[in-house]
Amino acid sequence: MSGEPILMLYSVHKSFGGVEAVRDLTLSICAGHIYGLIGPNGAGKTTVFNLITGVYPCDLGSIRMADKELTQLKPHQIVRLGLARTFQTIRLFANLTTWEHVRVGQSQSTRPGGRGIFSLDRAHKKRLKEEAHRILDLLGLWEVRFRKASTLPYGIQRKVEIARALGMGPKLLLLDEPAAGLNIQETEDLLKTLGKIYELGITLLIIEHDMRVIMGLCRHIFVLNFGQKIAEGTPDQIRVNEQVIEAYLGKEE
Amino acid sequence: MFIQQLFNGIMLGSTYALIAIAFTLLMGVLNMLNFAIGEVFMLGAIIGLTLVKLGLPIYPALILAVIIAGLVSLVIERFSFRPLRQAPPLVPLLSTIGFSILFQNTAENLWGSERDQFPQWMEPIDFQMGPLLISSTQIIIFATAVLLMVGLDLFIQRTRIGRGIRSVAENIETASILGVDSNRIIAITFFVTGALAGASGILFGLSFSIVSPFMGIEPGIKGIAAMIVGGMGNLRGAIVGGMFIGITEVFSVAYLGAPAKDFAVYGALFLALIIRPQGILGMIQAEKERI
Amino acid sequence: MSSYYLDLFSAMGINILLALSVYSPLATGQLSIGNAGFMAIGAYVSAMLTVHLHLPLFPSLIAGGVFAGVVGVLVGFPALRIKGIFLAMVTLAFGEIVRNFFLNFLTSLTGGAYGFRGIGNRPVSLFWIWGCVAFFLILFFFLSRSRLGLTMMATHDDDTVSELIGINVVHLKVGSFGLGALIAGIAGGLYAHYYLYLEPEFFNVWQSIHMVLYVIMGGMLTFWGPVLGASIFTLLPESLRFLQDWRGAFFGAFIIGLMIARPSGLLTREILRLDFWLPGRRGNLG
Repeated sequence: MSGEPILMLYSVHKSFGGVEAVRDLTLSICAGHIYGLIGPNGAGKTTVFNLITGVYPCDLGSIRMADKELTQLKPHQIVRLGLARTFQTIRLFANLTTWEHVRVGQSQSTRPGGRGIFSLDRAHKKRLKEEAHRILDLLGLWEVRFRKASTLPYGIQRKVEIARALGMGPKLLLLDEPAAGLNIQETEDLLKTLGKIYELGITLLIIEHDMRVIMGLCRHIFVLNFGQKIAEGTPDQIRVNEQVIEAYLGKEE
Repeated sequence: MFIQQLFNGIMLGSTYALIAIAFTLLMGVLNMLNFAIGEVFMLGAIIGLTLVKLGLPIYPALILAVIIAGLVSLVIERFSFRPLRQAPPLVPLLSTIGFSILFQNTAENLWGSERDQFPQWMEPIDFQMGPLLISSTQIIIFATAVLLMVGLDLFIQRTRIGRGIRSVAENIETASILGVDSNRIIAITFFVTGALAGASGILFGLSFSIVSPFMGIEPGIKGIAAMIVGGMGNLRGAIVGGMFIGITEVFSVAYLGAPAKDFAVYGALFLALIIRPQGILGMIQAEKERI
Repeated sequence: MSSYYLDLFSAMGINILLALSVYSPLATGQLSIGNAGFMAIGAYVSAMLTVHLHLPLFPSLIAGGVFAGVVGVLVGFPALRIKGIFLAMVTLAFGEIVRNFFLNFLTSLTGGAYGFRGIGNRPVSLFWIWGCVAFFLILFFFLSRSRLGLTMMATHDDDTVSELIGINVVHLKVGSFGLGALIAGIAGGLYAHYYLYLEPEFFNVWQSIHMVLYVIMGGMLTFWGPVLGASIFTLLPESLRFLQDWRGAFFGAFIIGLMIARPSGLLTREILRLDFWLPGRRGNLG
C-alpha cells in the first residue's frame, strides 16, 4: 500500500480481570486511506480504540505514531499528536453549542500560531474561525451552530461529534460506529461526508457493523474476533474469507 | 482505663454504625447520598420524646417514633429522588441538604432550641466486671443496636424483599427484567433507612441524655464518614466503620483531650478518602469509565 | 451611608466572593463543601500578619489569599482521583479539619476558641471589598469568553472526553480548585478586617453549605449566577422579616422545589444572551 504508516500496533495485549479483551494484535495504518475494523459484538474493537487513545494502558506490546511510543503517554498528549475519535454512544458536551464544539476541538491543537490563552496572533485566530466555518459547512451544521448540543436530533448530534473531532485538525480520525442509529438517508449522507473528509487528506479508521459503510468506503479491512485479528485485506478478500464468515455466522455443522 | 474506653467506644460506635448502615443502604441501592438522614435521626429522638411526654408508655412511643421516622424518609423519597431520577447525582444531594435545613429549622421552631432529655425510664443498675463499669441502660441500648444490625443483615440476606434490594443495588435494569418491582424496593429501602436512623437517634438520645434539634448534625456527618471509612456499599463495612469512628472519637478524647476528637475523626475520613477510597472492607474497584 | 446599609453591602460583597470561590471548582465539575476552610485560612493568616507583624492591609490580604490558594492546590491534587460525592466529602472533612486546627493550634496568636479580637481598629472600607469583587468579576468575564473558559465548560460536562480532545484536565481541575481557594481566602481576609473579630466556630460546615447554595440558586452555569445568588441570599432575609424564625424552613423548602423545577439555578447562559429574548426564537431553558 502506498503512503507511509502513521499508526502501528505491534503485539498488543490487554486483559480485564483475567479476561483477554485483545490478544497479540498487530496492524498498521498508512496515510491516505480508509480502513475498516469489523468483528462480531464483543470482539474488542472499541477496546482497541481505547488502547490507542490511552484510555487503558496496554499490558504488552507497542503502539507507535509519528515516531512516538503512545503507550507511555497520557490521553491528552496522544491526541495532540494528530489523533481524534468519536464514540460508540454519542458523548457531546451538553452545555456547549455546535460552534463551541468545533472551537473546543481546535483549542488544544498544536498547530503553528501558538496555543497560549493569551495568544495575540489575530491572523491565527481568524484562520481558526474560518476553518471552523468550513468544518460546519462541510457537515451541513452551519444552521444549527448556536444550538446547544443536547437539543439537537440524534443524526445531527452524530455529525457534531465528527465536527468536534475535525476541529482538532487530526491526521487520523477514529470513528466508532458512526452509522449506529442512523436511517438509510442519514447513512447515505454519512458516506458522502466521510468521503469528503477523506478528500481533505485525513486517514480514517472506522469501526462499523453496517456493511454498506465498510464495503462502500474502506480500502483495507481488519477483522477481529475474541480480541484477535483473524483476517485483513480488501473488501473482496474479506467477503470470501472462511474464518470471517464463520466468526459472524457460527461454525457450519 | 483502656478497656473502659474501648467499651465506651464500642457503645458510641454502635449508634454510628446504625446511621452508617442507613447511609450505605441507600448508597448501595440508589447510588445517592441522603444528607438528611442526620435530621431523620434527630426527628426520631424528638418525636419519641414528645410522645413520651404526651403520656404514651415508653415502648409504644419509641416504636411509633421509629415508624414516623420511616414515613418522613418516604417524604424525602417523594421529593428528592423520585422526580430527580434522571438528574446528575449532585442535584438530589442538594435537595436533601434542603430537607436537612427544613427539618432543623422546623424542629427548632416547634420544639425550641434548648437541649432536653429522655426521662428516667428504669432504675439503672451498675455492674462491675473487672475493670469495666457498665450500666444496665448501656447494655439494653447496645443490645438493641446489635439486634437491629443483625436483624437488618438477616433481612437483606434471607428475605425475598432483601433479595430484591440486593438485586436492585446490583443493577436496577436487570432487576426489573427479573421481575423485581424496583419502585417498591426503593420505597421500602427509604422507609427502612429512615426507621434505622430514627431508632439510632432514640438510642443516642437515651445513651447520652441529649435531645435537641441540632443533635443530628455531627452524627450525620460521622455516619457518612463511617460509611466511607468502613467501605462503601457494604453493610458489614458500615458496621466496622461505625465502630472505628466511635472508638477513634472516644480514644482521642481520652488521650488527646476533647478538642482533638473532631480532628481525629475528620482526619481519618480525609486520609481514608485520599489513600483508600474503597475503605477498610470495601472491595469496589475504582471504576474505569466505560467509553 | 448608615451603618445598616454599610453592613449589608459589605456582607453582600463578601458573599459574592464566597459564591465565586465555589463556582470556580464547580465550573470544572468539582463540588466543594469545604470552602469555609479556605476562608478561615485567609482570614487568620491575614489577621495575624496585620496584627502581629503590622503589615499593611493589601499585602496581608494577598498573602492570606495566596496561602489559601496554595493549600487548595495541595488538596486539589490528591482529590483529583475522587469524583462527585466523594470529593464533596473530602472537602467537607478538610473544612472541618481546618476549623479544628484553628480551634486547637496557634491559639496564642489567634485566641483559639475565645476569638481573635482587635484586628485593626477600623473596618475595611466598602471600596476594598467591592474592589476585590470587581477584580474577580472582570477576571471571570474574560475567562468566560476565552478558550480556557471553553475548555473548563467542556471539562465540566465530560472530563473523560475532554482529555481525549487534548485538554489537560489535571491542570484545569487543580487550577480551578486552587483559584476557588484563593478567592475564599481573600474573602476571609476581608471578613476579618471588616468585622475585626474572628472565631473558629464561624467557619463551619453550614458556612460552606451556604456558599454552595448561593451558586445553586443563582445559577451554576455562568459566573453571574453566584453573583445573583449571593445578592439574593444577602438581601432577601431582610425583606423576608415577616417569616421570622421560619426563614430556614422557607429556604429549605425553596431548595427542594428549585431542584425539581430548575436544577441548574436561576440564571443560565441562554438567559444572558440578548437574542434569547427576541420573539420567535425557540430557545431552551436551563
